[in-house]
Amino acid sequence: MKNKWLSVPYIVWMAIFVVAPLILVLIYAFTSRSGGFTVENFTTMAQYVTVFGRSFFLALIATLVCILLGYPLAYYLAREGAGMRRMATMLIMLPMWMNFLLRTYSWMSILENTGLLNTLFQKIGLFALINSVFGTNIEYFHMINTQGAIVLGMVYNFLPFMVLPIYTVIDKIDYRVIEAAQDLGANTRQVFRKVIFPLSLPGVLSGITMVFVPAVSTFAIPRLLGGGMVTMLGDLIEAQFMGSAYNPYLGSAISLVMMVVVLICMAVMNRFGEGEEGAVVL
Amino acid sequence: MSKELIRLQNCCMAFDDEQVLNNLNLYINDKEFLTLLGPSGCGKTTTLRIIGGFTTPTSGDVFFDGVRINAVPPYQRQINTVFQKYALFPHLNVFENIAFGLRMKKVPDPADPSGKRMVKLSEDEITRRVDEMLEIISLKGFENRKPDALSGGQQQRVAIARALVNRPKVLLLDEPLGALDLKLRKDMQMELKKIQQQVGITFVYVTHDQEEALTMSDTIVVMDKGSIQQIGTPEDIYNEPKNAFVADFIGESNIIDGIMCADSIVQMYGRKFQCVDSGFAPNEPVDVVIRPEDIDIVPVEQGQLAGTVTNVTFKGMQYDIIVDFRGFKWLIQTTDHSPVGAKIGVKIDPDGFHIMKKSAYSGKFGDYSSYSEEYDELSDTEEPEDDAAEGDSHEE
Repeated sequence: MKNKWLSVPYIVWMAIFVVAPLILVLIYAFTSRSGGFTVENFTTMAQYVTVFGRSFFLALIATLVCILLGYPLAYYLAREGAGMRRMATMLIMLPMWMNFLLRTYSWMSILENTGLLNTLFQKIGLFALINSVFGTNIEYFHMINTQGAIVLGMVYNFLPFMVLPIYTVIDKIDYRVIEAAQDLGANTRQVFRKVIFPLSLPGVLSGITMVFVPAVSTFAIPRLLGGGMVTMLGDLIEAQFMGSAYNPYLGSAISLVMMVVVLICMAVMNRFGEGEEGAVVL
Repeated sequence: MSKELIRLQNCCMAFDDEQVLNNLNLYINDKEFLTLLGPSGCGKTTTLRIIGGFTTPTSGDVFFDGVRINAVPPYQRQINTVFQKYALFPHLNVFENIAFGLRMKKVPDPADPSGKRMVKLSEDEITRRVDEMLEIISLKGFENRKPDALSGGQQQRVAIARALVNRPKVLLLDEPLGALDLKLRKDMQMELKKIQQQVGITFVYVTHDQEEALTMSDTIVVMDKGSIQQIGTPEDIYNEPKNAFVADFIGESNIIDGIMCADSIVQMYGRKFQCVDSGFAPNEPVDVVIRPEDIDIVPVEQGQLAGTVTNVTFKGMQYDIIVDFRGFKWLIQTTDHSPVGAKIGVKIDPDGFHIMKKSAYSGKFGDYSSYSEEYDELSDTEEPEDDAAEGDSHEE
């Protein structure tokens, strides 16, 4: 490599902005408020066990929904003609060109009690219908500030990261392998189950990594769509650094534990995809 | 020969506006080794794909054992295919690759007297049959390897085993040896022929390699531009080519304009020659084929014709000599060396001539004036790449 000097700026960048912060997090996590070594940060963390559980649970749900929505879409796209593909890829990518926060804000105005959706339901007389049938007296559906809203926000924001890797992998499957399976007596369903799905697993694994990891630590979505009613890891950490509870040592410890748990999850997952090349994204 | 198994009747195939097959009629007998031979884009792969069920002809019928199977999907046909570049399942090991077809199979339950209930093959049966196949292809001990850990020749044999283990009535092979080197290809040719005789089923083989076709086939179907040019045994095709295309594609040929003066008398270069062909109209213009190995070099005064040597190539077993006869260049293969520039005479026995009726191909082949280019073309056909491209275009 005679041009290795060209990579120096990036290596320096990485050292300053990725490696150094990681080391700082590690040091801070074992430091007490007075500056000495301690593991107290990890013991006090026990009170946040529900937050951990909730974060991983919601991220898991969001990832599953992304697979269920994304896989069929990716499969369908990979089987389509060039024109349709370009169009659909464009439509998938389009929202990503707009800022993430803006998109999430717009979901707020859609889901609010007096937001777009509820207004629409009102206009088409849905509430009147329900009230007359069940004898209730509802004026809106409570959608914003719920865990459902958070999952919705995650799915909306992260779905492209599930669709694209799966699409790429399915698209690369040699059509001759599919024909070979048909030739050997596999009907359409069996071809999918025995050949296409196993061969697309590396894509699914990449997709899971790219959705699950950011979903666990997401912080703007629960803040905006959860309205602070549903605390997740992201909020918790943010509160330690910027907010009222100022305690960067505890914040670092939480970050560290989160990273370790995520790494373990990914390691276990990649074990499933053993031997399938291209699965490892980490 | 035995009974007819497959029949293609008036099959036409067009991709977009391009006619790929032109009213094809073909009968394939049971237990026969039939080769579809032709240059890239002649429609041979398309024909194979129609038999396999991967393409439906635009018009015409496909019969299998007397039943029309146009609309039968590939997975319901008693036909298996060895694909170009093998198409092994990359996520399965050798054992599972071979067992794939068996695992798809359902057979009548032996425990059910009515014979209506269908069950999967037992694991014992599958293991037994896969082991049997591994034995035939001599890959015992490779069960747990993934395809990418095998050499080209081994992958090839797994692909054959994967198809044969299902005991199909017909095995289709799409240029299966194209990706192998010359030595391995020769070995596999013998092996394939042996396997075919061993299992006793019909092989339909696609290739652009004329030597491969001559070596292995019972019947050769020579195709060009979507039409069958000639069907026959390897000997027929080589000794009695029907037109200039076949004569040129199979082996080397000097093709000269001639006139059939009477039965067994052909005239070329203004001279009459004794031949063994008959059945032409008096003075009918014809193409005369003379194989390079049927020409004897003699001193000028003893020769039927005299020419000048313009090029000599040493080929190991023989010399390829280009001789100029009044502006038309012949290829002569001989074990005797003649120097460039020498005046030589040639002598051809009556059975060295083969007379063909004039066809659309007349005048296009059989002149060795552009000798070196001709050789480039020959080495081109050795490349498997151009046919891979052909296969791709058919996918559209």
